[in-house]
Amino acid sequence: MGSRVLVTGADTFWGGRVIQALESDPSVEVLLGLGEHDPSVPFDRAEFVRADQTYSILHRLVQATKVDTIIHTFLVSDSTLAKSRALHEINVIGTMNLLAAASASGSMVTNLVVKSSTKVYGANERDPYWFTEETKRSTPAKTMVERSLIEAESLIADFAVDRPQTAVSVLRFANVLSGGLTTPITQNLSRPLCPVLIGFDPLLQFVSAEDVVRALEHATRLKLRGVYNVAGSGRLPWTEVVSMVGSRPLPLPSLHHRLIMRPLTASGLYEMPTELADLLRFGRGVDCSKIEATGFRLRRSSAGAVHAFTEHLRLDRSTGSDPIAYRYEHDVEQFFRHSPAVVDRG
Amino acid sequence: MEEPRLTQTTERSAMIVPMTSPPEEAEEDLRRSDVDEWGRSERVRQVIRTVYEPIYSKWFRVEWQNFDRIPEDGGALLVANHAGAVPSDAPVIMHGIESRLGRPVYGLADYFFRSVPFIGTMWSRSGGVAARPENAERLLRDQGQLALVFPEGTKGPSKAFADRYHLRRFGRGGFIEIAMRTGTPIIPLAVVGSEEAMPILFRLPAMAKVLGTPYFPVTANLLAMGPLGVVLPFPVKMKVSVLEPITFDVEPGLERYPRSLVLEQSERVRELIQEEVFEMLKARRSIWRG
Repeated sequence: MGSRVLVTGADTFWGGRVIQALESDPSVEVLLGLGEHDPSVPFDRAEFVRADQTYSILHRLVQATKVDTIIHTFLVSDSTLAKSRALHEINVIGTMNLLAAASASGSMVTNLVVKSSTKVYGANERDPYWFTEETKRSTPAKTMVERSLIEAESLIADFAVDRPQTAVSVLRFANVLSGGLTTPITQNLSRPLCPVLIGFDPLLQFVSAEDVVRALEHATRLKLRGVYNVAGSGRLPWTEVVSMVGSRPLPLPSLHHRLIMRPLTASGLYEMPTELADLLRFGRGVDCSKIEATGFRLRRSSAGAVHAFTEHLRLDRSTGSDPIAYRYEHDVEQFFRHSPAVVDRG
Repeated sequence: MEEPRLTQTTERSAMIVPMTSPPEEAEEDLRRSDVDEWGRSERVRQVIRTVYEPIYSKWFRVEWQNFDRIPEDGGALLVANHAGAVPSDAPVIMHGIESRLGRPVYGLADYFFRSVPFIGTMWSRSGGVAARPENAERLLRDQGQLALVFPEGTKGPSKAFADRYHLRRFGRGGFIEIAMRTGTPIIPLAVVGSEEAMPILFRLPAMAKVLGTPYFPVTANLLAMGPLGVVLPFPVKMKVSVLEPITFDVEPGLERYPRSLVLEQSERVRELIQEEVFEMLKARRSIWRG
């Protein structure tokens, strides 16, 4: 019997990609996507279920579908996507409901994989240059995105202790560079001038979206337990990244960058949330030997991820960005999945 | 549910999600700079060595004793005494070893530098690394590099001229634990000359507080040379003596080591360096000519 998988955040970049990757996996028997909005990418066989951000429907869903695997991709690590309050609702309350549903009596969940972020380590001058999964943050978290991720992770850690029959893994990903994914970093890098804090040239680590999806699949397949860092090997100075993608530095004073950035962020050209400003001063590196010991090899180094992103930017500049439009039509999707008229459900 | 038709799925996801893996590209081909994972750049070091060479050989006329005790490969923790308002010992040791052995030396120092614009970046490019046990262990055990530490920390350079060549407390012996855990030898270095290169007359703690620096010295150089004295040391004769490498007869890789043993060994290294410094001072006829 194949596995029955539920993916959260099916309407987001990550949920969509994970579902598309799992659709071609014959060992996945049932594939459910849970999301607040319509999916942005087409699914072949995954069923989409609409839910609010905090997943109040999840309890019923877990009971009714008897899913055995949950891939939680809907932890928001980009603070520009949601207001501070919404971040708390999504990351903390959402995760809490998800864990409650997964641990209710009658739940068949034996595998939980969570996509988190290396933002939980923060960025500070006191940091070691390489965080291992056990290294503590140097200073308490200031921003809501960091706080909510840390809180969500601690809920998950408690869940793992309380429910030993479920293999729980938390994957902390470094900053992702990928075409089609908009984060404050990719947005800034895609401009002809990219913000650089004067006098600082931190070392950063990147991971490609492809490796993120592969790592989540790997953790699901092997039923990994525990926390794992995932990042491309090597660290690059920020100015080198800026030059690699074909942009030029836009020097900002490190003390009053917020004031100066305000018109630039308001115009929608740039983003500079607090956690990014910290990162652009001190950088961050994580040690990935733990996930490598489970047999996982990243395809791209940090430089490789930047290079792939650069190629995407060049293509975009040459052709104009024209994402393939896809509109989710509930009735159409249901017809293809369930109508007796459909003979070939490929 | 039916199995999906693999061909169609791949085709379709190839259109929307390019999951192809490109041939592995050599990391070096993609890079634009030679900055390593510690922030050190060999090119920057080369420029610094070229600029520093006259200061090293003409200004300080640096002389080494038992240089061959520094290994040509493998990790080692270099431990030295630290003095002078802007200590000359660190650049002298790093320059000497790098130009003679052609292998990098990473200088471990207070993380304070990282928060200073420009200086922090330059410090990092020229081989400075924040002194955290995790950093030192990765350098020594995983990468077999040379790391230079000054266990006196800022207590060394900030002491007044009256206390010259009296080594301060060696912290809490963190460097001993690092050497024990990584199983690398400690090579003690005794430096003479750095005290007189930039002597501190008195300190202004209020200024240090305002500027957020560990200490704010008023040096003899400042009085003698004006603003130039901030960077320019006196042309003293500098000598570095390399002591016998020390290895510890303990099992490496342990989480912690007995505190008493660590402190005892830390004090032992301190005394060895202190004695060697006194021996060198006994033999020294002139501050300027050695």
